[in-house]
Amino acid sequence: MSIRGKASIAGIFEHPTRKAPDKTVAQLHAECARGALADAGLTLKDVDGYFCAGDAPGLGPLNMADYIGLHCNHIDSTDTGGSSYLVHVSHAAQAISAGKCNVALITLAGRPRSESSSGMKPRNWGPNVPDEPFESPFGVVTVNNYALVAARHMHDWGTTAEQLAWVKVAASTHAQYNPNAMLREVVSVADVLASPLISDPLRRMDCCVVSDGGGALIVTRPEIAKSLNRPVITIRGAGEAIKGNRGGRIDLSYSAATWSGKTAFTEARLTPADIQYASIYDSFTITVLMQLEDLGFCAKGAGGRFVADGNLISGVGKLPFNTDGGGLCNNHPSNRGGMTKVIEAVRQLRGESHPQVQVKNCTLALAQGMGGQLGSRHGSATLILERQ
Amino acid sequence: MLKRCKSCSDFHWFPRSICPLCGSDDTYWLPSEGKGKIYSLTITRKAGPMAYALAYVTLEEGITLMSNIVDCDLDSLRIGYDVQVVFKNSPSGQAVPMFKPIK
Repeated sequence: MSIRGKASIAGIFEHPTRKAPDKTVAQLHAECARGALADAGLTLKDVDGYFCAGDAPGLGPLNMADYIGLHCNHIDSTDTGGSSYLVHVSHAAQAISAGKCNVALITLAGRPRSESSSGMKPRNWGPNVPDEPFESPFGVVTVNNYALVAARHMHDWGTTAEQLAWVKVAASTHAQYNPNAMLREVVSVADVLASPLISDPLRRMDCCVVSDGGGALIVTRPEIAKSLNRPVITIRGAGEAIKGNRGGRIDLSYSAATWSGKTAFTEARLTPADIQYASIYDSFTITVLMQLEDLGFCAKGAGGRFVADGNLISGVGKLPFNTDGGGLCNNHPSNRGGMTKVIEAVRQLRGESHPQVQVKNCTLALAQGMGGQLGSRHGSATLILERQ
Repeated sequence: MLKRCKSCSDFHWFPRSICPLCGSDDTYWLPSEGKGKIYSLTITRKAGPMAYALAYVTLEEGITLMSNIVDCDLDSLRIGYDVQVVFKNSPSGQAVPMFKPIK
């Protein structure tokens, strides 16, 4: 029983703000919901399913569903960090396919920039977290957790700082065309290498932006999508997986994308060679390399060579990626970049990306999300989307 | 002290009462010599007033744990170096296992 072809993404909205000290988080969620509904040509009353994650203030979906004014027969607040929104798309498709939901709304919003969040500050996941006493005394934060993965990748396969830098170069080349992007300046490999080391080997330009804002999606039945005034974008395959420390058998050479990608490609009956555009979660440059290998776009260990020399640049390389500028240059709202990955993939399939980065006749796209900590415990979700 | 399981004979870290590998509740503590090698390493430069080395260390028992490498020139450290456990007090006063390189 597959969800292939059973649901469509009919509405998308990325909030234009990147700094919002004058708006509340709940307000941002509601503005994103409104924007996605307007994009779809649907109304609040049409929504019967609601999805959100840990950025939604309150107890799961309760407070935000109340604030926005929703009446739902299906709710889901699965939280796998930044990858949550891809998981939500998959779960919405499953609910629609099972007859539990007709129009699903997914929202994300937050203000980490206005609230001085940073990848260098320890995160507090609440009381009773069993791994915390064995990790937090050592000063683990987000950046150095990912740096451990990058350091090992360089050790195992000779990946270089220059190769990692190409990921940022590609994202910046695309961001120059995005008027809402936080960082619009095109950078070179030399520029990236000149930026200060934050936690070896990751430099400041290897790290994504901290931005306020958010986004929303509408997922619905294909019959409803066809009645609206937009190209019909259907979910062809979806996968989700998590990876932890396996009781101390730590192997940083691969991520959970190995499993979520396999599930998605198998369901879609496609291979990486079929994908014309990919949104790849880019919290850090190493995150991109790891996912490209694990999804099968290149062999394990060959990620450095794959991303080098502009291979991710639209119109230049073999795999146009993050044509909105990604988390590295455009937006990573609430420190959760999965929503914007889905949004740009849908833009590409609709032909709505900026003409300078639009992939010609884009009918098959992939969105990949990675949440949590790549070096300890994380969640991966893969979506394969098709324009009918 | 490491955790080991009587049912499957495997070590695990961080310690649980139920073995995360086989699900048995027959786990027990076993002393370790604390000898291992650096599996991965990063010098964190911008998180506080002083740089520190965050690392994963693979012990001779075959399990890998997160720790700091201390009592050394941080920039001289490399993946693969042999290390030995030293106990240091965390800010809360508890002794935590850290590692120093050995020749």
